[in-house]
Amino acid sequence: MTEPYVRIKHLKTYFDVTRGVFSPKQIVKAVDDVSFDIYPGETLGLVGESGCGKSSLGRTIVKINKPTGGQIVIGGEDITKLKGEPLRKFRREVQMIFQDPYASLNPRMTVGEIIREPMDVHHIYATRAERDARAVELLHTVGLKPDHIRRYPHEFSGGQRQRISIARTLALSPKFIICDEPISALDVSIQAQIINLLKHVQRQMGIAYLFIAHDIGMVKHISDRIGVMYLGHLVEIGDSNDLYFHPMHPYTQALLSAIPIPDPVIGKSRQRVILQGELPSPVNPPPGCPFRMRCPCAQERCAAEMPELRDVGGRKVACFKVHADFGF
Amino acid sequence: MQESKNLLEVKHLTVDFSTDQGTVHAVRDVSFSLVPGEILGIVGESGSGKSVTMYAVMGLLAENGRVTGGEVIFDGQNISRGAFPTAKAYNRAMCAIRGKTLSMIFQDPMTFLNPVLTIEKQLVEPILNHTKLSHAEARQRALELMRQVGIPSPEKRIRQYPHEFSGGMRQRIIIAIALANNPKLIIADEPTTALDVTIQAQILELIRDLSRKAGSSTIMITHDLGVVASMCDRINIMYGGKVVETGTDKEIFYQPNHPYTKGLLACINNPEEDDQDLVPIPGSPPDLLKPPAGCPFVDRCEKAMKICKLRMPEPTRLSETHISACWLNELARRGRGGDRP
Repeated sequence: MTEPYVRIKHLKTYFDVTRGVFSPKQIVKAVDDVSFDIYPGETLGLVGESGCGKSSLGRTIVKINKPTGGQIVIGGEDITKLKGEPLRKFRREVQMIFQDPYASLNPRMTVGEIIREPMDVHHIYATRAERDARAVELLHTVGLKPDHIRRYPHEFSGGQRQRISIARTLALSPKFIICDEPISALDVSIQAQIINLLKHVQRQMGIAYLFIAHDIGMVKHISDRIGVMYLGHLVEIGDSNDLYFHPMHPYTQALLSAIPIPDPVIGKSRQRVILQGELPSPVNPPPGCPFRMRCPCAQERCAAEMPELRDVGGRKVACFKVHADFGF
Repeated sequence: MQESKNLLEVKHLTVDFSTDQGTVHAVRDVSFSLVPGEILGIVGESGSGKSVTMYAVMGLLAENGRVTGGEVIFDGQNISRGAFPTAKAYNRAMCAIRGKTLSMIFQDPMTFLNPVLTIEKQLVEPILNHTKLSHAEARQRALELMRQVGIPSPEKRIRQYPHEFSGGMRQRIIIAIALANNPKLIIADEPTTALDVTIQAQILELIRDLSRKAGSSTIMITHDLGVVASMCDRINIMYGGKVVETGTDKEIFYQPNHPYTKGLLACINNPEEDDQDLVPIPGSPPDLLKPPAGCPFVDRCEKAMKICKLRMPEPTRLSETHISACWLNELARRGRGGDRP
């Protein structure tokens, strides 16, 4: 079996949100003890509700956020403590696509400058002409025209802007791209264009994706495996079809049953697990399983300790009840 | 036709906005109707005119917006601006209707609620405005509404401010306000777009339950085909300021006729089925500053013909409930069939 390209081990990202000098310490555990691997050319989808820490996790992996603990190993190299020049070098291999194509492109730079910038920074080609030629080639890859190179972002629609930001991430030929909700700001008919483009680019260049989104229908479509997060914890991770059709963790079951299905007969007739209450505050969360307050099958033990992510039937689940069903 | 049967009738509605760049023709000749008790979905992408249509019905267009044609008949009364002699008379009439027989649920609960007023003030206000109840009675009614929409310990919560509520709870308050006077029609503009899926499921369930119980009709404006499929009896598909297809939920999802509807269904993934390749619609929606003379979808349609560019097709009735505006139907009807370049 091939070696995973990305290895996340017990990663933690905490934010200190204490207000005032004398107030008690308030810690948001945005990412709490999350471990997973991503293989070369694979797509791992990451789903969860807002505030579950999926974006924080993505940003920690590229070290926009500072990890509080754990290890990030990319391409066999531990980058958790990397600084300075080595960190810069690592950033050539890992790129990120952001959610809002209106905020992620500098309005005062032309499309050509935007796409060329990463190459300028990393001195990829010797001459400007070569970099320009590469930018034109990238525009072609993402389905834009060569003469767009002299235009400014405001002249483009949302979908086209997202194409520009994809071209920019591809400029350094990365091996791993983190897509943080790349389609949620786009219209339905444009979303499919971007998804197909991402898949096409992946096939051509063998890039691994971490695909963060809340639209589970789309995540299932693009991902090989899916991870489900709840309040900073990874609660279930497994093959995407398997996980979708046979969710094991009670939260995954509730989350999946809440998706509106675009089919009037199924959509109107299906049984929903309607969860009571809402996501609790991530500030100083109580010990135990984070989901236990809303969980239909919570036991006493769930309040005392956090279940660990265990291998059960080809996937990993963090739930005592599921563990018990599998004889742990 | 039995016109009296319809609760809402929109006829040839046209709405323009004047902007710095020129006039935006946001809604162009839109007609549809709604019978009591029905849940109608209006589906379209951003800029398709779905929200503007309903804002025009409510008389809540932005200052630069103007209804330039058409009629709106609600509950037997003509409530188009043209039916009133002065703007003042129109506004007075609309104020009597809005919040009473016609109410609205907005997308973003934080901007809809007033942050400096308690929930009590905001819930009691529409009741006092439209009924002869005393303040104490109105407060009782408000508490009852809060219980109906599933807010725990309403006596305590009613004294709180919007910022003390979570997103889902705020949306419940808005639904309570909308239901305050047992409206005949609720217009919900993307009521769950700002919410998470598990909360969305709670809120959709609530809207469906309450509107069924109260026998009120609902119009859901949304871009989410999943939401429409699980909520609506009938669906209008809007594109480029026009209704291109209308039909029952099953007709739209199982026998879509208009190429845009078909395209829209092909570019979403139904997770219940095995993964198929998504077929995106190429290009992007038309610029409504200079709307095309013919079918608005012509530039993105793979079946486009010469005539599509020149003239808007007449709606073709495919069944009692199913209407689609596409030249292909016209050709099929004339027996020529087939594609012509």
